[in-house]
Amino acid sequence: MIELTSVRCVNRLQLVWLFSGWLFGILFFATVGATANVMETKQQRGAYLTRVANCAGCHTARGGAAYAGGRILNTPFGEFVTSNITPDAETGLGRWSEEDFWQALHHGKSKDGRYLYPAFPYTEYTRISRQDADAIFSYLQSVAPVRQINPEHNIHAPYDKQFLLFLWRAWYFKEGVYQPDSTKSQEWNRGAYLVEGLGHCNACHTARNVWGASKDNQPLGGEIIGSRWYAPSLISIQQAGVGHWSIEDIVELLSTGINQHAVTSGPMATIVRQSLQYLTAEDQRAMAVYLKSLGEQDKNPQPKHKIPPMPEVVRQYLARGESIYEKHCQDCHGKFGQGAPGIYPPLAGNRAVMMSSPRNVIRSVLYGGYAPVTAGNPRPYGMPPYQHIIRDIEISQVISYIRNAWGNFGSLVSPDEIDQGRGSEH
Amino acid sequence: MLFFTSVVAADAPVEVADTMAERVKSCMLCHGDQDKTGLDAYYPRITGKPAGYLLNQLVNFRDGKRYYQPMAILLENLTDEYLQEMAEYFAAQPYDYPLPRSHALLPTTVQEIQVLIDSGDATRDLPACSACHGADLMGIKPFIPGLLGLPSAYLAAQFGGWRNGGIMRGQTPDCMSEIAKKLSQEEVNALTLWLPAQAVSGEPAEQDALVEGAAERCKSIFSMGRIITP
Repeated sequence: MIELTSVRCVNRLQLVWLFSGWLFGILFFATVGATANVMETKQQRGAYLTRVANCAGCHTARGGAAYAGGRILNTPFGEFVTSNITPDAETGLGRWSEEDFWQALHHGKSKDGRYLYPAFPYTEYTRISRQDADAIFSYLQSVAPVRQINPEHNIHAPYDKQFLLFLWRAWYFKEGVYQPDSTKSQEWNRGAYLVEGLGHCNACHTARNVWGASKDNQPLGGEIIGSRWYAPSLISIQQAGVGHWSIEDIVELLSTGINQHAVTSGPMATIVRQSLQYLTAEDQRAMAVYLKSLGEQDKNPQPKHKIPPMPEVVRQYLARGESIYEKHCQDCHGKFGQGAPGIYPPLAGNRAVMMSSPRNVIRSVLYGGYAPVTAGNPRPYGMPPYQHIIRDIEISQVISYIRNAWGNFGSLVSPDEIDQGRGSEH
Repeated sequence: MLFFTSVVAADAPVEVADTMAERVKSCMLCHGDQDKTGLDAYYPRITGKPAGYLLNQLVNFRDGKRYYQPMAILLENLTDEYLQEMAEYFAAQPYDYPLPRSHALLPTTVQEIQVLIDSGDATRDLPACSACHGADLMGIKPFIPGLLGLPSAYLAAQFGGWRNGGIMRGQTPDCMSEIAKKLSQEEVNALTLWLPAQAVSGEPAEQDALVEGAAERCKSIFSMGRIITP
């Protein structure tokens, strides 16, 4: 009996052990499995968010390894060289922690505590949530490490002084994650978060003062530092405000790079190619909802311009422009500037043509370009560069002509302005 | 004159053909059916050149490895797939080659050139031109361009670029750059006069015409690994 009992006892104990071991096994593997799943989805989310934030846009040099940096931004303050953000231990972010990354993205400070130059748009990225920042970091740590030492920044004195950055930050940098506006819809808030934070649209679409700071937090348009392009206002109906467009039209432009009203060109075409076309339909729509709310409404659909009397010399200037137009432009853009919407943009009534800053139209004539290849527009049509085909005086005449033909109204453009549009790769 | 007319006529949109020819119209302003010289640069014809060769050039221009700013900007937002379609379009276009130009090279110089073309120079590790560019010097599909029907100015510019840097950046090893640096200036001058004097004899050769070892030597142009299938 005793023996039997003890045997039974042992058996019971063994059973208990066996059972608890089994239970532990299940729990252990379930936990590990769940962690792996969480990691994977965090990384996947991170991959998506990295696209939206378009980190590769600056941190990949032309033809260079992805995220290895080395792209040079030429600014009035000097040359900025983008950094290697692959997980290489020596030359990249291999030794960074989530906390270090957050410090850079949110506070604008490097791992060693140095203030970062606002060429890195932490002024916008500061609105990104901690959860999203951690996901981006998790993705960046998963890409192939690339050992690549990039050149140092070459910044003119006195802009290379850290204490100046300290002052700059105190004056211009408002730190803080995006706070939803409870009076607006969830979709609007998502759009605002994408536009103001991840998408960092304001990094280009605001005017900058002499210290390189955004003049206000409104995307009222401005020259893009380090490029010859003008990023138009996202509010003004005379520029790129889309308050009067349908949500579908806005989504189409963001996702395909072209619609019936407009075609993206220059840096915007590149951003559509690199980033915006990959946004989920929900995010594209949210962005459109927010952008539409920013834009002025069309109060006066056909503004009456008071046409000043035209001196003979101006008449001749424009007449020369017209004959250049007939020779070089009319074939695609039409005799009446009507173009072929969705293929060759109409020039009559085209805001980009008439805009107070003629930079973009100058740049388009000098260097031409294709609409970006996207899933929605896989075989785009293009415009040839004319910078080496016709002289600056002829380019200024034809641009002055298209800014004032067919009911268009814009200032005349001089050959000097054409020359200022040269240079800069982006 | 249509200035300041406030009413825009309700004109029908310009009709645009849904063809590749229409899509590459922006290339034709410079690269028409003839080689030509512009205000700032030399514009070679691109029609009739092998598709893989053209694709490599397009990709290199886009990625800054063959440097010319207007090409880099023009191609910035185009994908490999679309560039391949363009390359294949141009490769398939018929081309009327120019008649051979005359040259005034000495017979001894011509003999030396003929040796370089047919045998190369083993002492300088120079392969025969014909080993890669085909027995007819018309190139080998899909990656190697022909040497005939090209103007002297273009050949001189290419040799100058390879010898002094400037055309290619970062594509290493770059076999033609290495070969061009081993040639003497006299040989380069003679080649740029002799080649345009040869009668054009048809099409690029098929890929199996490639001499053994050539692909290995010039693997940078093959191993770009683009989507062209021979």
